[in-house]
Amino acid sequence: MTPRVVFPNKVLPYLLVAPQLAITLVFFYWPAGQAFYQSMLRQDPFGLRTRFVWFANFRKVLADPAYLNSIKVTVVFSLATAIVAMCVALLLAVMAEKVVRGKGLYRTLLIWPYAVAPAIAGMLWLFLFNPSIGSLAYMLRSFGIAWDPLLNGTHAMILLVSAAAWKQISYNFLFFVAGLQAVPKTLIEAAAMDGAGETKRFWTIVFPLLAPTTFFLLVVNTVYALFDTFGIVHAVTGGGPGKATETLVYKVYNDGFVNLILGDSAAQSVILMIIVISLTAIQFRYVERKVHYG
Amino acid sequence: MATVDLKDVKKVYPSGFEAVKGVSIAVPDKQLCVLVGPSGCGKSTLLRMIAGLETISSGTVAIDGKIVNSIGPTERDIAMVFQNYALYPHMKVYDNMAYGLRNRGTPKDEIDSRVRSTAKVLELSTLLDRRPRELSGGQRQRVAMGRAIVRNPRVFLFDEPLSNLDAKLRGQMRVEIKNLQRSLGVTSVYVTHDQLEAMTLADILVVMNAGLVEQMGAPLDVYEKPASTFVASFIGAPPMNLLALTAGSSGPMLADGTAIAFAPEQARAATVGFRPEDADVTFNAEAPSGALVLPALVAAVEPVGAESFLHCAAGGSSIIVRVAGRATATVGNQLRVVAKAEKLHWFDHAGKRVG
Repeated sequence: MTPRVVFPNKVLPYLLVAPQLAITLVFFYWPAGQAFYQSMLRQDPFGLRTRFVWFANFRKVLADPAYLNSIKVTVVFSLATAIVAMCVALLLAVMAEKVVRGKGLYRTLLIWPYAVAPAIAGMLWLFLFNPSIGSLAYMLRSFGIAWDPLLNGTHAMILLVSAAAWKQISYNFLFFVAGLQAVPKTLIEAAAMDGAGETKRFWTIVFPLLAPTTFFLLVVNTVYALFDTFGIVHAVTGGGPGKATETLVYKVYNDGFVNLILGDSAAQSVILMIIVISLTAIQFRYVERKVHYG
Repeated sequence: MATVDLKDVKKVYPSGFEAVKGVSIAVPDKQLCVLVGPSGCGKSTLLRMIAGLETISSGTVAIDGKIVNSIGPTERDIAMVFQNYALYPHMKVYDNMAYGLRNRGTPKDEIDSRVRSTAKVLELSTLLDRRPRELSGGQRQRVAMGRAIVRNPRVFLFDEPLSNLDAKLRGQMRVEIKNLQRSLGVTSVYVTHDQLEAMTLADILVVMNAGLVEQMGAPLDVYEKPASTFVASFIGAPPMNLLALTAGSSGPMLADGTAIAFAPEQARAATVGFRPEDADVTFNAEAPSGALVLPALVAAVEPVGAESFLHCAAGGSSIIVRVAGRATATVGNQLRVVAKAEKLHWFDHAGKRVG
């Protein structure tokens, strides 16, 4: 344990943490409190009268089929994005380990997409898979697939997951490469001498030893897919077709800023906040004290 | 069970560095061959080539008469004990030992009986449910041994397996390894930089230096007849005293002019040596009889208990002499070191043994 710092001055410590506290207060506690307050208000369509309705907004939101659909969409989207992003990243990391010449170049190239802004990544994929002008959409059609993300909800979801996962792959790749390098080479050699082939070695030795990295990435990716993909959704599908790709975060925006149903939107924000807090708690509980071997 | 034959084995790295420069060793069935040498002499590289973990640049490695150059480590049926043990950290001791058997599709009940009987031999029975991180260094070492033994492989390889243990445990494990290897009768190759380990364990001792074999033979033969000054100074602790010779009018003499008795074939020698335990010290004024009588000044005394080592300045260099029990000499004493003719080792200009 690190020794506690003792300040002789009573005021100085508070002064030192004041900037941090001010930022948290202004940018988190205040808006969060506002959202919480607003989630219990209901306004008439013209914004002339506001009524305090307690938890009526929450009851309404949670009973709304559109909201339940949005939860389903979010779960599917988040899990698919996290799984795709992690699997592809792991595959790439394992392959990059095998590269003999120009290892650094490959790694740099694979990390690049992380520097692309979400909305730009979304546009990129949108153009590639645009039914009328996209070159990859053209290829898909020539294979006999009736590719149409503008009308087909499943196609839209696939496109969205691809774009969101593509952006996250680099980040995961970086962590997996580091994780793979931390696996002692002698263990692999010992396993080889113990008669394990390459595939078996990976699944029985390397993959279990990567578990801390994998778990960490699972949490990070889920949080990413849940909350950081607004830009991609907005650019690629705008929640459509219909409400096939309307995630929780996108619905908050849609209901609050587009449809101006502020009470509902605020209630949804509060629900999201509860989800974030529980996810963070899980992360602190399990990820912060990682599974350690050795 | 198996023989291991190396024929002119070489290892050249892509950088051009030649780690092993043509080594031929034949290890007969059930024998323990120890490769010993300073760090960087190529002994570990050689071991890893036998294991199949390094490619062989040229020459052949044969196990049981069959060349295995192109066979991977997975199919060679060799077990190796690594310096850092390389236990699988996420598996229990039991699974660590069972891993190799499972990979080879051994039936479950046979795995169980083999793991349990091996654990019994190594006194690991109570530790089977633990993970490696919950074990002490000595216990990990045993598990590493157990993992190798349980598979009943054709060949055992040991890569400095005791170097991470403390001195007492090392001595204990050394005896255990020797006994196990004897009782199991598995052909083994053992790499170490510790000459004591090498001497006590080996059936065949191979002294390596700079990628080449300096000398090969039974440990005591190597000790008694070192083939070169390198072997003479590497095997034995403290090492052999080596004194440079210069050509005098009637033959070789020590660099400081001290006379030395020599046989005709030793006339061309450039270095003479004797072991610390092969010399006597005397305080008598009259000249004692011996091939080499060396006036010496005691520079330091190391009492070990059963014996003492006198570090002396003599013949233009520094030498060590062993005396039994407590040393009567103290620092600053003048005395004479006497070595008999049959205890002297002669080496030529290239460092090779003469006569």
